[in-house]
Amino acid sequence: MSSATVARPRPGPRRGRIRIGRFTLNLRDRDTVIYLALAIGALAFPTVADFVTGGAGGSIVLLAADAGVYVLLALGLNVVVGFAGLLDLGYAAFFAIGAYTYALMASGALFHTPLHHAIHIPFWLLLVVGVMIAATAGALLGAPTLRLRGDYLAIVTLGFGEIVPRVFRNAGDWTGGINGLSALDNPVLPYWVDGPWAGVGEQFGIVKDLIFSVANPTAWYVLMLILVGISVVMLNNLRKSRLGRAWMAIREDETAAQAMGINTVSTKLLAFAMGAATSGFAGCFYGAKLSLVSPENFQFQVSITILVMIVLGGMGSMPGVIVGSLTVYLILFKILPDAPNQVHSLLATTGFTAIDQPTGDWPGLGEFVSRLKFLLFGLILVTTMLLRPGGLIPSRAEIDVERAAKETSALGLEGAQG
Amino acid sequence: MNGNILEIRKVTKQFGGLVAVDDVAFAVRRGEIFALIGPNGAGKTTLFNCITGIYPPTMGSIYFDGRDISGSRPHQVAQMGIARTFQNIRLFPFMTALDNVKVGQHVRMKAKLWDAMLKTPRERKEEVRVRDRAYELLRYVGIERFADHYARNLPYGQQRRLEVARALATDPKLLLLDEPAAGFTPQEKVQLMKLVEKIVADGVTVFLIEHDMRVVMSISKRICVLDHGEEIALGPPDVVRSNQRVIEAYLGSQGGH
Repeated sequence: MSSATVARPRPGPRRGRIRIGRFTLNLRDRDTVIYLALAIGALAFPTVADFVTGGAGGSIVLLAADAGVYVLLALGLNVVVGFAGLLDLGYAAFFAIGAYTYALMASGALFHTPLHHAIHIPFWLLLVVGVMIAATAGALLGAPTLRLRGDYLAIVTLGFGEIVPRVFRNAGDWTGGINGLSALDNPVLPYWVDGPWAGVGEQFGIVKDLIFSVANPTAWYVLMLILVGISVVMLNNLRKSRLGRAWMAIREDETAAQAMGINTVSTKLLAFAMGAATSGFAGCFYGAKLSLVSPENFQFQVSITILVMIVLGGMGSMPGVIVGSLTVYLILFKILPDAPNQVHSLLATTGFTAIDQPTGDWPGLGEFVSRLKFLLFGLILVTTMLLRPGGLIPSRAEIDVERAAKETSALGLEGAQG
Repeated sequence: MNGNILEIRKVTKQFGGLVAVDDVAFAVRRGEIFALIGPNGAGKTTLFNCITGIYPPTMGSIYFDGRDISGSRPHQVAQMGIARTFQNIRLFPFMTALDNVKVGQHVRMKAKLWDAMLKTPRERKEEVRVRDRAYELLRYVGIERFADHYARNLPYGQQRRLEVARALATDPKLLLLDEPAAGFTPQEKVQLMKLVEKIVADGVTVFLIEHDMRVVMSISKRICVLDHGEEIALGPPDVVRSNQRVIEAYLGSQGGH
């Protein structure tokens, strides 16, 4: 093979680039700009929320932290569905495994089980343990399903998603059954973490008295930002690596991928494991923040919601998935639940209270809107997908098709086709 | 180790009652261009699929570099040093040409999960090496300027070249080409032949299936002819060309039945 040194094509013009130490930000790159905007928005959010609500932004900030759980879940499922192209309809199972891991190992729960001994492992350690356990569960589930392709795989994962919450519900001796487990430990910062972060008795520390509690929304929010940040960086590194390319190769053409020496079984297992690991993160956080886990929180609907988030955002595109999950979360958990009240007050201020009164079969407009919630949600989904078939922020594929087609015709290459 | 890089030892492949490959035996010598020809449905691609592990032979065995590889899985075969292209191009359509070639280097890379997640210096170094090598291969087959295009957007002829580059990226000892000149203009066929000769000159043995007799006869050192799964001739081009059974298989028997 020729050993001539290769002059790589010159990098494009240097304009629009910012250097920060070792890193270069390219402001002409769409994804960089979106990440930057998201980061700035996320950092400013608590302050803005407080300002807009006149100092009562706490509940919105807590809601944002919960939205972060879904961002993590969507990022994880995107590895399985978006990168590797394996349709997983039971993803909530791994979320449940992460949450129950936390619930069992960081509460008095194990005292009431045949073990008769409660263990209280610190949250920080359990983050790692939860990730490991979820990843292992991902690999275990993956193992028997990997010979299946497409629809068949989807059905088996659907089954797994149904089985796991049921097991948690029925293994009452261990998991508290239908009632779930409650009074889980709050995460606590070690005493040596002090200063602006956490001062004991301080008024303005982010983590007041070193404890993460409901009275401390910003602490949860910052914790969630850190978890999302870590996940985005690691998953993005993976996407651009040997393993990431192998996942995409399997998605594009499994037979060709095998012929290139990719062990499709172990590569798919890793996709399941990495997806599950991310949801282990989310599960630990979720359990700790809610201080309660119950089998009802991990139903099929959760799996579908996450899937909707990544499809709406743009399958395979990480910024798209983040924006998609935030959008869907906002619609599902803020706009739609608030809609009836908004309608009530709108009608009250405009004087149309008459159509808000129930008469005969008519329940009143506010109540009517509340009944239509899921129809509205469906309409939003259908409209978005019609207007933007590739998702809100498509993975580059869809954009480049158009650009490359233009370039090809500009180069006059079409005549060269065999 | 002898002069044969690939030995097909009495290989039979049946699909239910259909015998696609029937007791075929031949050997490909190191450093030669070997061609497999025959009418449509003769079992050529089936034999390729047996060699590359897509399915195991029903009977017989296949030796590569002195090792029995029959029954190995496709990725193991690639790992050992057999690369292939496909009759109906099978690129990764929504990956760039460059990434397609990078995927080809998968088996020659060492980065582990942690290296990738944490971007260790070792992984960065390897990625740089892989990228440089990918550009080198794209230039080798003459499609460097398409590096950043999605594979599906490349013109047909360039897609075939990209497939060759991707196969070469696995650093093979033996390259299987399944109808590399299909759909080519005469001019493109000449370019392809030059490319194949360059590949062989660089130390890779080439084993190809081809329908175009001009291509086959001019570049192959030896030819095996299959008809209805049976081997009907084996030898240098001029011997095969004048073989009565080959002429009958291609033109129909003269005497009539």
